[in-house]
Formats: sequence, structure tokens, C-alpha cells
Amino acid sequence: MTAVNPSSSPSLVARLIETGAHQKLLAFASLVLLLIGFSIASPNFMQTSNMIAILQATSVNGVLAVAATLVIITGGIDLSVGTLMTFCAVIAGVVLTNLGMPLPLGVIAAIATGALCGLCSGTFIAKMKIPPFIATLGMMLILKGLSLVISGTRPIYFNDTPGFDLISRGSLIGDIFPALPIPNGVLILFLVAGAASYILGRTVLGRYTFALGSNEEAVRLSGVNTDFWKMSVYALAGSICGIAGILIASRLNSAQPALGLGYELEAIAAVVIGGTSLSGGRGTVLGTLIGALIMAVLTNGLRVLSVAQEWQTVVTGAIIILAVYADMVRRRKA
Amino acid sequence: MTNLVRMTGIEKRFPGVHALKNVSFDLNSGEVHALMGENGAGKSTLMKILSGIYPKDGGELLVNGQAVEIDGPRAAQALGIGIIHQELSLMNDLTVAQNIFIGREPRKRFGRLDEVALNAGALEIFKSMNLKMNPKTIVGELTIARQQMVEIAKALSYRSRVLIMDEPTAALNDAEIAELFTIIRRLKADGVGIIYISHKMDELKQIADRVTVMRDGAYVGTVDAAETPVSKIISMMVGRELTSEAIVIPDLSNAETVLDVRGLNRGREIRDVSFSVKKGEILGFAGLMGAGRTEVARAIFGADPRDSGEIRVHGTPRSISKPSDAVRAGIGYLSEDRKHFGLATGMDVRTNVALASLDRFSSRFGVLREDAMRQTAQDYIAKLEIRTPSDRQEVRLLSGGNQQKVVIAKWLYRDCDILIFDEPTRGIDVGAKSEIYKLLKALANEGRAIIVISSELPEIMRLSHRIAVMCEGRLTGILPGGESTTQEDIMHLATLRAPSMQPEGYQQ
Repeated sequence: MTAVNPSSSPSLVARLIETGAHQKLLAFASLVLLLIGFSIASPNFMQTSNMIAILQATSVNGVLAVAATLVIITGGIDLSVGTLMTFCAVIAGVVLTNLGMPLPLGVIAAIATGALCGLCSGTFIAKMKIPPFIATLGMMLILKGLSLVISGTRPIYFNDTPGFDLISRGSLIGDIFPALPIPNGVLILFLVAGAASYILGRTVLGRYTFALGSNEEAVRLSGVNTDFWKMSVYALAGSICGIAGILIASRLNSAQPALGLGYELEAIAAVVIGGTSLSGGRGTVLGTLIGALIMAVLTNGLRVLSVAQEWQTVVTGAIIILAVYADMVRRRKA
Repeated sequence: MTNLVRMTGIEKRFPGVHALKNVSFDLNSGEVHALMGENGAGKSTLMKILSGIYPKDGGELLVNGQAVEIDGPRAAQALGIGIIHQELSLMNDLTVAQNIFIGREPRKRFGRLDEVALNAGALEIFKSMNLKMNPKTIVGELTIARQQMVEIAKALSYRSRVLIMDEPTAALNDAEIAELFTIIRRLKADGVGIIYISHKMDELKQIADRVTVMRDGAYVGTVDAAETPVSKIISMMVGRELTSEAIVIPDLSNAETVLDVRGLNRGREIRDVSFSVKKGEILGFAGLMGAGRTEVARAIFGADPRDSGEIRVHGTPRSISKPSDAVRAGIGYLSEDRKHFGLATGMDVRTNVALASLDRFSSRFGVLREDAMRQTAQDYIAKLEIRTPSDRQEVRLLSGGNQQKVVIAKWLYRDCDILIFDEPTRGIDVGAKSEIYKLLKALANEGRAIIVISSELPEIMRLSHRIAVMCEGRLTGILPGGESTTQEDIMHLATLRAPSMQPEGYQQ
């Protein structure tokens, strides 16, 4: 994120437009407009329970979208986020249900598995020079297959692990403020987003994430070990997918091995709507969060209005094209 | 006194090219040592070896009197060698300070960045350069000249004792050049040794202490910059013998003017360029890299927009705003980068020949008539002597010269009577070159108007009936072809910069 320095520019607005905050404003304004529109269209929309349902629906997709954001800022792409999430959930199932290990070990196993798989993708891309699209397409299929193999194609339930479902469905905030029963899943989403945002803005890893997407050759010529940092980004994204795996398993109280395909596209869509450039070098986690919320609000709002699900998909597609077009127009003017 | 840098007997080979042959070079502290030579003389390759980007294949490299192996950019930095590349290599989305310290960010614990120290460090370097710049500005928002300053600041931040500048003024205007020279003089006074690669003679006279000239990958000589006349340096640069037979220039006084370009302008790249080409004429375009020759070709062809200028074909003004307009007017452009812009390298010869004219091979419903395409392709394979096993051969498998012939066939079949060849023999071996020359002459004899852009002076002199010379976007003169024009004449025009008295922004 760019520091806004009012003294260096005549107008704050102009400065915002220049720095790409404009796209985030645009996305945010669209989100507000959608909320207002649906509230007017249906009295059932702006209910606390419905708002919480929207947030709950955003949590898994949002976490995956944060993972995708990191990779996309490097100028890469990760198609394996969805099936990696499922794979991590299955591993958690194996550790907790099949092996009967304690809860924290299951969580650690899922996150470690995610990091390891991300590292694999990163190695294919950085060391073996396989284009990210292909490398992660391969990983997507490998992980989908492995999930089915390990689970024997049957869901693994977490009935023997008390408290597992509370990871996502419980509400620490609701215990303290009963008026605000925000589920833990949403809390975790915001924690993940905050951490990712901090890493991007304040750490060496984050700096290289942007630098790689901006001009990888220049970074290499500056004496930076670009392969190492690229692999690190994929590993970090993978571990975030592991968190998403825990979240979805907890919400369903089971690891569903057949789940996962399609999530990667939803995640990429949220990233794009949030203003992150697919060519790399530019993007924010906040934008991605807004993007994920827009998609969840759309789906929910259209359902509240009893629009057929098939149409919801059509609308989502149109929104993606509009969002990227708006970005293109802005950049052409700049 | 020990030299800051001493390179002796440096060798470098690339597949098929002996890029550096026994090259020597040295640099003293507090000196600006200019490195000159035509395009492809090996200057950049030598500097990439010094800065650790390429490994050397042979020779010795001493820094401060110690023999060293520089095995990467980081090793070069550790030895105090900084390079400012010709193509600026900055990360446009990051801030100035973030760019300068990339790879060496001040850190707090746990990999966190110390942004305050980062910006303060950048400010300190700017202060030593006497430069006013906000370290938090995004680099992409700066002008090229300011970005250049960032590159210099970055190189200095390594406490560089050796600073390599590869054509640093290529994109700068006069005021910006003056600013750069001020900084160079200050660095010099601090004892930094500067290697300065440039094509511009007047700059050398202003800034350089010594000049080393390279030619065809070999060391030619080192002379004093102030005392050596420009003509001597130029003759050191070009000193090649012309091996070709004398060119026969046809009498074209009664020939029709086919292409007439008037007052062509495009930003800083093309400044008021006017010329014409007659039927049957070969007009050569000479100039150094970045002189604007390719830009002129692309503007005429409609590949880039132009600010102003009239293009007449056979006396009729044509409004050309995109390549398809140019093709309709009968203009074909053979790009210097065949692989990117000229050929579909993964497709076969047949398809490539037909590619610009597929409408002629399609039935009313858009189905392609393969037998007609085969016939045409085979005709051209025979006519242009394209060496290929068959017309189904993928173009990428052909040699460079034969690829070039396929592109020529494509435009010939399109009935283009104005053909613009941009570096037609780049990457083509010597034998195939003379075949391309023969073909160009034959095309001119057939009555086509030919424009040849080339960075190789012998090639220009061997082919051209007239020679247009460009420097920094301006057409600095048109010389007659043939023996009366020497390489020195051309180089003189090619280095003839606009008088520096010109008010700023005059061209716009």
C-alpha cells in the first residue's frame, strides 16, 4: 500500500487515483451500492442473521483469495488453491480421526501440508521454470486425486474430535458481546488478511513479492535470490490454503474429498475485482477482501430475491469483466 | 599506480558468435573512460562480464591489483562495481527508496522492514549527489531522466568505486544531460572511476578523459579524449575494409516517385522527417542505435501513431493509421525482429507465405483452398530459392536467411511495391547475406521501391542508391550512394546532434 503524502500533491483525490486506491474505492463503492440496492429490494436482506450468513460465506473464499493475492502480485497464478484446501482438510481428517491425535496437531498438520505443497508448486515454477499456470494446474489435479485416494473417496468426519466444529462455527466475539455473534471463521479471515497485509507492506518477503511482479530481472540483477523468495511466496500461499482447509472442514464438520474444484476461480475473481493486477506488481489484501465480499453479497442478495442460481453465475461473470474493464480504462487515461 | 580495474585478454563466445576477442581495458580512479564502437562491437558484453552478468571464457580481471572471479551481480557489488543498464532495470511499482535498497533493505527483527531507515538512507545518498527527490515517490511516475538518477543513486548505495554507464543519455534532453554531467563530475572528484559507453561524440569531448574503441569484438586502441580529433575516433570505429564490388547506381531521374513522406513527427523519436523513394530505387537508412530509423518505418507502416506528417503513395495522399491501411496502399514492412513480428514461427512455410493474403485463398464461406496455397508457396520457394524440404516445413526450423526469404515472399505475394526492410540480415550468416543482397537488388530492378534500414555501414554502402542518415530522430542528411560517400561521411551525420542552443521543447 502506498503512503499518502498530502504535502507532495495538490489534491488528495488525484493522488488516490494515481496510486490505484481508486480501484479500491470503486470496488468499495460498488459494495455499498449493492448493499443499499438489495436492502431496498428486499426487507429480509439487511438482517443481522443474513449479514452474518454473508460473512460466514465469505470466510473460506476470502482466505483462499488472500492466498491467491500473494501469488498474483508476484506475476504468477495459483490454480491449485481449491484442491489444496481440500487436501489439507483430508490430511487434518487423517491425523485427527484416523490417527486420533489431539486437535492442535491436526491444525498444524494441515497448515504444514499446505506450506509443503505450495513449496512444491514454487519449486516447479522457480527451479524447473514451468509456467505458473501449468505448474499449478498440475498441482490442482494431483491434489484432487490424492485427496480421493487418501480418503478412499469417502468423507472423513470429525465427530471424535470435540471442539473441531467450533473453530469455524463458534463465536468468541459472540461470547463476549452477545449482540454480535460473528463466527470464528470470519474472525480468522480477518486475522489472516491482517497478517498477509502486514507481510506485504512491512516485511522483506512482502517487498520481494511486489518487486518480483514488477520486474523480476531487475530484482535478480540486484543480487537477490529470486528463486528462494518466489518459492517462499508460494509456500506462504499454500499454508494459507491449509488454514482454509481447516475452516471448511470445521464448518462441514467433515473433510469432503470431492470438494475444491471451482474455488480457485472464485478466489481469482475476488482478487481481480479487488483491483490486483494480473500482470503483477500491484495489489492489496484489502481490495481482495472487498472483492470477496462483493461476490458473497451478490450471491446472497440474488438468492434473497429468489433469482435462480444459474443467473447468479452469469451476473458474477459480468461483474468480473466490468471490474477489469474499469481498471483498464483508468490505466489508459493515466 | 595500480589501476582500479584492469582487464586483459578477455574472451567471450556465444553460440555461433565470437563476441570478444582478446580484449583489454583498464580504468583509473577519478577518471571517466569512454568505451566506443559501432553496434555489436562488444562494448555491452565486456561490461556485462565486468559486472558479473556473463562469465568470461578467458582472460584476466584485476580489481585494485587483485585477480578476481566475478560470478554474479552480487560479487560485482561486493567489489564495488555498479552498472547502470541501457534498459533501465527498475521496479516501476515500488518507491524510489525501495528500488535503491532492493536486496539490502534495513531490517528489524523477524524479517520486518525498517521503512524509516530505508527512506533516510535514500535521502542521504541524494544529498551526496546534491539531488532533490522524494524517496517515497513511485518510480513509474518519474521521468526517464529522474529514473536514471535513481539508478545512479542505487549504484552509489553499494559504495561503488567503479560505475559503468551504458548509454546513459540515450533518453535525456540537454538540460537533463547537463544535470547528469554535474553528478558525474562530482563522483569523479570523489575518486570514483566511471566507464562511459556512448555513441555521442560531443559528449565524450565534454566528459571523458580517455577513449577506448572496440570493433567487431576486438580492442582497437585507447586515445586521449581531449587531444584526439573526432575524425580519428570515427575512423578507428569504422576502419573496416569494404569487400564488395562497386555498386551500380541506376539513372532514376525520370523514374516515378512512389513514396513521398513529408514532415513526419512523433514525440521525441521522430522530428520532422521528410524523404521520398523512387520506383526501382534502394534508399538506405543509416544511423546509430536509437536514431529513430525503426520508428520512422513503423510510423509509415501505421504500426505506431504519428503526431503529424503526410504520406503520399504514387502521388496520392494516403491516410495510414494502422498496418492494414499501409498494406492496402502497397507498403510492406519486414521487421527487424522476424520472430516476434514477421513470422508465425510455429506454422509452416505455406501458411506464412499466405498469411497476409488469406482472403485470396478462401472460398466464399471462409474455407481455405490448400492446393492454391501450396502452389503459391512452391512458386515462391523456387523463385526466391528458399531452402526448405517442403512447403509444410515449420518456419522455425529454417535458417535465418531462409526465414527472411519467407517474410519477403509474404509481402511480394501481397503485391507490395514499397518494401521496408529493417535490419534484413540481422542474425544471418555471411553466405546468406549476399543472397539477401542479390534478392533486394533484383526486387529494385523489377521496379519496386526499397527502403533498407541497417546498422551495418558496409551493408548500407553496398546496397543503397541513396543514403539517408538519422541522428536522434532527425534526418541529418541524404548522401548519394556509391564510392563518393565514405563511412566517415555517414558517421559524421549520424553523430550530428541538434545544436544545443535550441530552446527546450522546440520539437514538440
